[in-house]
Parts: sequence; structure tokens; C-alpha cells
Amino acid sequence: MTALLTALGAAAAFIAATTADTATAAASTTLVDAQIVEVYVFLLAAFTGFQIITKVPPLLHTPLMAATNAISAISLVASIVIAGAERPLFINIMGMVAVAAATINVVGGFVITDRMLKMFKKTEAPK
Amino acid sequence: MIDQQIGALFVQIAYIGASAAFILGLRGLTKPDTARRGMQLAAFGMLLAIIGTLLNHEIVSYQFIIIGLVVGSAIGLPMGLLVPMTAMPQRIAVSHMFGALAVTLVGIAEFLHYRDVPGGPGVVKMIALGFETLFGALTITGSFMAFGKLQGFISGQPLTFPGQKLINAAVFFGAVGLYVTLVLTQSGGATETGLIMFAVMTVLALVIGVTLVLPIGGADMPVVVSLLNSYAGLAASATGFAIGNNILIVAGALDGASGFILSILMSKAMNRSFANVLFGAFGGEKAAVSAKSSEGLTTRSVTPEDAAMRIGYARNVIIVPGYGMAVAQAQHAVRELAELIEKRGGRVRFAIHPVAGRMPGHMNVLLAEANVPYDHLFDLDEINEEFHACDVALVLGANDVTNPAAKSDPGSPIYGMPILNVQDAEQVIVVKRGMATGFAGIENELFYLDKTSMLFGDAKSVLSQVVTEVKGL
Repeated sequence: MTALLTALGAAAAFIAATTADTATAAASTTLVDAQIVEVYVFLLAAFTGFQIITKVPPLLHTPLMAATNAISAISLVASIVIAGAERPLFINIMGMVAVAAATINVVGGFVITDRMLKMFKKTEAPK
Repeated sequence: MIDQQIGALFVQIAYIGASAAFILGLRGLTKPDTARRGMQLAAFGMLLAIIGTLLNHEIVSYQFIIIGLVVGSAIGLPMGLLVPMTAMPQRIAVSHMFGALAVTLVGIAEFLHYRDVPGGPGVVKMIALGFETLFGALTITGSFMAFGKLQGFISGQPLTFPGQKLINAAVFFGAVGLYVTLVLTQSGGATETGLIMFAVMTVLALVIGVTLVLPIGGADMPVVVSLLNSYAGLAASATGFAIGNNILIVAGALDGASGFILSILMSKAMNRSFANVLFGAFGGEKAAVSAKSSEGLTTRSVTPEDAAMRIGYARNVIIVPGYGMAVAQAQHAVRELAELIEKRGGRVRFAIHPVAGRMPGHMNVLLAEANVPYDHLFDLDEINEEFHACDVALVLGANDVTNPAAKSDPGSPIYGMPILNVQDAEQVIVVKRGMATGFAGIENELFYLDKTSMLFGDAKSVLSQVVTEVKGL
């Protein structure tokens, strides 16, 4: 845990440092602000994720993996933009393939997670 | 202009809502009775994010998006509905592949896009783009190899050849070197060689995925699948940095954290150091093992009738299922036996080792599918002290995870691995096909104890016989 936080801290410091370089190079402060915020977002999300996921019981680790897999198919959002934006045709087609691949995970992932979770039942009350 | 701003605001609100839904949804997974509702919330969040994105002002045409969504749903829905629970590890591995494919294609598309942008992507975006493509590409092939090994069309045996480590290291450092060079040269604007370097880096990353998983044996797949889960998440997060999209960063970080935690848990349960896992070097070193030989030791074999007598009159039974039980499809027979014992007034619990099955938590899903109530399933820490008080421990197709050598024999290759304390039970009945060793390739002392009876045969047919016998008691 401590090691992880140290590593994350180091990563943040590194990114912050490189961002500062960009600032001098591009002389664009708004850009830096946006990117620093992104680093915050990443760190807080990773920390939150770490806290919540350590509390998921081993009982549900397979559904957990199926679920996070479906959630990380959020790359669908990026794929959609590339498939539909004003770009060369072959890039739009790459975007289309990406949309299809991510959709497989979104649809399949949530369906299969639900199928699994549906099966977990408590002992029925004695009749 | 104002319309556009309102649109952008709506997109951001949708993304914030989706992020909250993901986090709350995962929190639901901390308890079995809130899990299902939590995941439905997460699915709703996903829908929200997709609708928000479709309103993005950058989008000028929808035909490719619609084709992609339709094709993806047409493949994803049957996959979600039809894949049997025993095949869950393969399904997860292949979905890591699809996720990584999407991320990598986005990375390549963005890199090409920035070649036309004066001033280039900038350092941060180039770092993110390169990382995304590097990790995405190696996860594509790595997951495909894991899928192949789990599905059985690639040999589950670790494949090694002389000089493998040297070649792996060369490929790895080649890819990383190109990545660093790309960041140093392409951030401020495209150069001629940039495209070639990027292409070579991507190909090398694809090769890394293959060489990473090739030398790893089938039984080590829980670690591999967890690790690839983490990589896929990190790549998605990097995509968020590359295109400046917070929801990708959040969702990727959640996935990365989850894969990371599961990798640590699995590596601990399999007696491997975390450093081993990080560098993907696991499974490679399985040198000649100097385990205790079984010569001079004898096992005691019993008939299903004998076993039924002992199990039928036991008050307190702990069942230890292993992957062998799943292979024999004996889950339903086990559940039937457990219900019988309970009807006769006994207590039955299931002791689940973290690596029972082919992925984290796999055994729980298989037993839940067979209608075993989840409050009968206990993990290692919860149940290990309970073996003392148990009359009969029934070991079904589990081997290394019950080997007392992990505690008593510092020379054993599994020394230090957490095991289930089956040897503490009053008596032990082991259902097994034969005397073959487990994946660690060592003898299990448990089988030679006086209190242990071996019940040889196919788990499903043996258990059905036991069930019939218990019914007749």
C-alpha cells in the first residue's frame, strides 16, 4: 500500500514536471491546468478504486473482473469520436472497428456480469 | 456557438454522472445482495456516457458509428448470454483482447491525427499516446495467447527455448527505447521517421505480448489474466490523457486498480513474489524439484460405500473443491450431497482457496451456478481455523492447495504458499482420478496420512454413487 502510494506520488511528480516543461515550451497555461487536473482525476480515481476493490470479497472476484472489464470498455467513447469525426476515411474505419470491439465488451460484459450475479443466492429460509 | 457550449456542458454532465455510477456500482460489489443492483447502475452510467458522446460536436457522420455499434452488439450479446460458466476465464481473456484492440486503434488514430496538427501533440499527450499503444498492443496478443492456452488450442505447457530471455529483453528494450525516442522527437511536431518508429514500436509490443505469455503454464493463468486486466485498464486511462477525457481516466484507473489488486492476491496465493508478477517473469523458472519421494509410503483407498458411511454420519463437513471438480462437472452432485448431509442434521461448508479454478473467484461462480448458497462458501482466512472442529474434510480434485509441505517443509517449492489446513480435520477423504501430482509437480503428504482415505475415480460418478449410498443409510 505504502509502496503503491509512493509510486503514484512519483508518477504524479514526474508528470507534473513534464507538464511544466510543456508550459515553457508552448507558453500555454490553460493547457497545463487541464492536464494537471487530469493527473488529479487519475490519482483520486485510482485511490478510490483501490479502497473499494480491496473490500470486494473473494466470493465476487470473477464478477468483479467481468464488471471492470465492461467498465473499461468506456474506450468506446473515444472510439465513437474517431469513427464519426472529420478524419480521413481509413481512420474512420479504424474507429469503426474500435467501436465494434468496445461494444462487444460493453454489451457482453454487463450481460455476463448480471448472469453471474443472478446466480448468487442465500440459503432459503427453512420451510 | 451557444448551442455548442450547452452541448459540451451536457456531455460533461453525462460523464460526471457516469463516473459516479461506475464507482457506486463497484461499491455494490462489496456485498453479494447489493451487487446486482450496483452493476445495473454501472450499466446505466455506461449508457449515459455513450449518449453524451453521440452528441459531441466533433462528430459529423454517424454511419460508421452505427455499423460498429450494431456489429459489436451482435457479437457481444450472444457471447454474454451463451458462454458457459466453466469457460469464464477464456471469455474474460478474450474480452481483454477486444478492449485492448479498441484502445490501440484509438492510439494509432490519434497519433496519425497529430501528424497533421502543427506543433504536434505536446509532451504529455505523446507520453500518453505512446503508453496507450504500447500497453494496448501487448495486451492484445498477450490476451490472445492466454485465451488460446485456456481454450486449449495453444499448448498449456510453458514453451521455452534457449536464449529466450535474451530475445525477450531485446524486444522489450527495443520497444521502450522507441517509445522514449518518440516522446523526445515527436512531441513538438511530426518528423519523417516518426511514423516508422511508431509502427515498429507497435509491432514490437505485439511481439512482447506473445513472448510474455508463451513461457507461462496453464495453471498460472489466474495471475496472467489479472495482470492483463490491469494493463488493459492502464491503457484505457492513458487514452483519457491522450484525448483529454476524464471519464476514460476514471474508468481506466478503476480497472487498473482492480487488476492490480487481483494480481497481488493471486501471486500471494500462488507463492510468487509481486516483483515476479510485475515483470511477467512468473512461471518461467520451474527447475528440477527435489520434493520428497513417495517411496515406502502407502495410501489407503476406500470404496464409495465406506465414504458414504463416514460422510452420512458426520456432523460437520468441510468440502474443498478444486479445478478437478469443475473439469468433471461434479458441481451438481456435490450440491446434492451437501443438501443430503444437511437434511440428516449435519453442517456443510465449502472452503475456497483463492486459486481454486482458473481465475480469481471462479470456483464461487461455478458453485453458485449449481445452486450452492453463497453463505456456504468461505475463503481461506475465514475457514482455516474451522478444520480442527470438522469431522470429515472432503477434498474434490484439489491438490497443491492442501499440501501440508507448504507449512512444514522449507525445501518444498511450494513452501510458504497459503494452504487450506485440511490435515487438521478428524478424517480426510480425497476424491481423485489417480495419484498424479498437481501442477507444482510434487507429492502431497496429505494423501499418505493415516487419517486420509483416497476415493479414486471420476469425481462426478464417484459422488453420484456416494449420494445414492447416503440416501440408503
